[in-house]
Amino acid sequence: MKRLATTLCLIAATLLSSPSYARDVTLTTQLKNYGGDGAYLAIYLTNADGQYQKTLWVAGKKSKYYKHLSGWARGSGQRKSEYDGLSGASVTEGKTLTVTLDLPDTYIDAGFQLRVDTAVEDMRDNRNDVVVPLTSEGVGKSNAGRGYVKAFTYSF
Amino acid sequence: MLRQLHSLSGLVATLFVVLLTISGAVLSLNPLIERSQANIAGTASISVAELAGKLATRYPGAEQIQRRPSGSIIVYFTDGDQTGADLINPVTGETIGAYSNSPIMVWIKNLHRSYLLGTPGRVVAGVAAFFMLLLTFSGAVMLVNRLGGWRHICRPIQGPFKQRLHTEAGRAAVLGLILSASTGLYMSTMTFELIPDYSSTEPDFPTHVSGGAPASIDTLSTLKSIPLTEFRELVYPYPDDPMGVYSITTDQGSGFVDQSTGELLSYQAYGNPQKLYEFIYMLHTGEGLWWLGLLLGLSALAVPLMAWTGIQIWWKRKQSATTINYNSAARLADTVILVGSESNSTWGFAKTLHDALHSLGFQVHTASMNQIGKPYPQAKRMFILTATYGDGDAPASANHFLARLSKITKTPDVPVAVLGFGDRQFPAFCQFAKEVEAALITKGWPQLLPLETIHRQSPQEFARWGSVVGSVLDKELTLLHTPVHPPCTTLTLVERVDYGAEVQAPTAVLRFEAAPSHRGWLSRCLKRARLPHFDAGDLVGILPPDSSVPRFYSLASASKSGMLEICVRHHPDGLCSGFLHGLSVGDTIEAFIKLNPSFRPASGKGPVILIGAGTGIGPLVGFIRNNKAHRPMHLYWGGRSPQSDFLYETELKRYLEDKRLTKLNPVFSRISQGAYVQNKIIEDDKILGQLIEEGAQFLICGGRNMASSVAVALDKVIAPLGIDVATLKAQGRYREDVY
Repeated sequence: MKRLATTLCLIAATLLSSPSYARDVTLTTQLKNYGGDGAYLAIYLTNADGQYQKTLWVAGKKSKYYKHLSGWARGSGQRKSEYDGLSGASVTEGKTLTVTLDLPDTYIDAGFQLRVDTAVEDMRDNRNDVVVPLTSEGVGKSNAGRGYVKAFTYSF
Repeated sequence: MLRQLHSLSGLVATLFVVLLTISGAVLSLNPLIERSQANIAGTASISVAELAGKLATRYPGAEQIQRRPSGSIIVYFTDGDQTGADLINPVTGETIGAYSNSPIMVWIKNLHRSYLLGTPGRVVAGVAAFFMLLLTFSGAVMLVNRLGGWRHICRPIQGPFKQRLHTEAGRAAVLGLILSASTGLYMSTMTFELIPDYSSTEPDFPTHVSGGAPASIDTLSTLKSIPLTEFRELVYPYPDDPMGVYSITTDQGSGFVDQSTGELLSYQAYGNPQKLYEFIYMLHTGEGLWWLGLLLGLSALAVPLMAWTGIQIWWKRKQSATTINYNSAARLADTVILVGSESNSTWGFAKTLHDALHSLGFQVHTASMNQIGKPYPQAKRMFILTATYGDGDAPASANHFLARLSKITKTPDVPVAVLGFGDRQFPAFCQFAKEVEAALITKGWPQLLPLETIHRQSPQEFARWGSVVGSVLDKELTLLHTPVHPPCTTLTLVERVDYGAEVQAPTAVLRFEAAPSHRGWLSRCLKRARLPHFDAGDLVGILPPDSSVPRFYSLASASKSGMLEICVRHHPDGLCSGFLHGLSVGDTIEAFIKLNPSFRPASGKGPVILIGAGTGIGPLVGFIRNNKAHRPMHLYWGGRSPQSDFLYETELKRYLEDKRLTKLNPVFSRISQGAYVQNKIIEDDKILGQLIEEGAQFLICGGRNMASSVAVALDKVIAPLGIDVATLKAQGRYREDVY
């Protein structure tokens, strides 16, 4: 019954919001050859004050290691509902993770920031490996990370 | 059955298990390396707040402080656009150096848990851990059986070199291997969620923070209350974030700390599943328990050694497997041969008996002893040939015999003869054969012949038993058993010294060298005439002309001396001793080596008491000659007359002078007031008692009668010490080479 209600709400929300504008945003994260195992990544949105808004992607399958993505873990509370359907495998060093998702226009050019937290087994955790404002100007620009991220770009 | 399981799983998993253990042994060094860099003395009185305070000025961009299980402290920080990690001295707060993982160790770790093959490799590693556990357990049970039970687990292991190496290594490593394999298997099953993963419960993120100005970190009350020894990790809030909090992790749980008030805002203790996982993880990796890590690493190194020796043992056993030709069906056979064999050599004797009876026209069925209880409707007679395993246990092919025998309700009217195979050196000589005979008698089974025993696979004793069987069958039964022996080497007699003709004990010390090879100039150039490897105390098998049955003599020299030396007495009807005594310098013989590794002075510095009579002095002289370390050696030896058969007299006196021999006690029987070696032992009771207290070991070589008289005499001498020969034997301190 509860599930049915949720589903109905979701359908209603989708129907209602469909006229509002949303775009396909592609996030490309290339990793350095940092000399370690596959990296866990969390890509998420914060407001200008750094307060968590929304999870965009979590790379890495074992939720028991999510606490090492500490900025995201604090903001999202690691609640499964926050990243349901938005997670995948960890990313090997030197490889590139490309994610495309639907993002409402309200987040663009409105002072929101894209952030990436990274963690690798037996190596340091990087809170804020990448912090970039989500703006139309920033499209296609490559941003160097502080930790395991070599280059982070977004486009829409 | 157990052995098959052990060999089969060993063959299947060797490569994977060896890779696991070698990489594991390398990884086991990690905790020690980390520990050597860590400074942990005096950290119990330092709080997290104190440490963080010391770091505050040097690391304004500190983001995270971590304490590794080894006790090393690492600070992670940002400096402008750069990130870094430094190792810290927790007492002074000073930087020791930059911290980074060795890429080689990361590579080895991946090799260890996934053979560098990702998830499929992890599955294989998990399966390999399972096989390792299976091998360890089956090996341990076999070892216990072999040594005669848990009580005797520390007994010295006897047998050929490679088997001894295999079992000694296994015995030393068994506990470490069980721990490594079982914890590894546990971690693997958890990775694949075959057992439920602990879900790490996180403390709730505080909904309300004081929001006040951040206080200096060394004043925060919660952090002041946590000593470094319990500390694991501290994550700083973002700078300039009024809602930020510290998150703290200890060995008990984790929580969040207000950056202004220092209050613990929320806290969650670890659940038991997580604590269990962490404990098992520590046992497996040795992280935080470096000495255990090292012990496990050492145990793991035994595995490549056991794999190598194990494969060789398996191959040798497989090579020596016997096939029986013309094996009649059980329902047609008039003669049944049941075999109890551990290492296949008894099957060889059974085959000889089978072939001889078959050629006389009998319908013979040969099977393992575990086949007892099967119907043999035509059977007129039954032979049971059995070895004994370990301390009187059943050999592999007879392990169910006694149980199945006891279940037989109607004893068949088939007379049976039992023949036991064994080695008199062991206290339980032919023990299982005796038990089988006793069980058959209790069952009311008719007897064809009483129990007979064969010492050390002697073909001569077997032939004698054959003629007795022949007389019962009213046939001429010739059992010519030729044990499979290694290829022969041609030896040339280079020297002989004769003794004892005057006292009717003609004895010769014969020295041989390898004859030069004649197989082409190339092999002559490449491989000069070389003796096979042997040591004093090993046996040489010599084939007299026109005989395929070798005779064995104890060796008085080691191959590294370049000489093969034996001491042979001429027996009036002896085929081989006659042949050897007829040799002149320059003549050649065909010979091969049979190792006899149990008849050696044990390693160590304890005194060695050598007892022998007649030609039994051969290997004893060899031991003395090799005694370059000058450990105490006492020789008791019996001959007939000092003028005629004092073997090695000049050599022994020289060894006395250069201290290779401590005391020489020759005894002669054919002089006035003549005596035997056992008399001298009774006389020397005080000295011998003293030597036993010092941990002396006995090595006895000579005829069977001499050996048993010596054992009786020695039992009398040492009874006051509350010890007997059987105990010494069990401890590996009393070894015989008798004939």
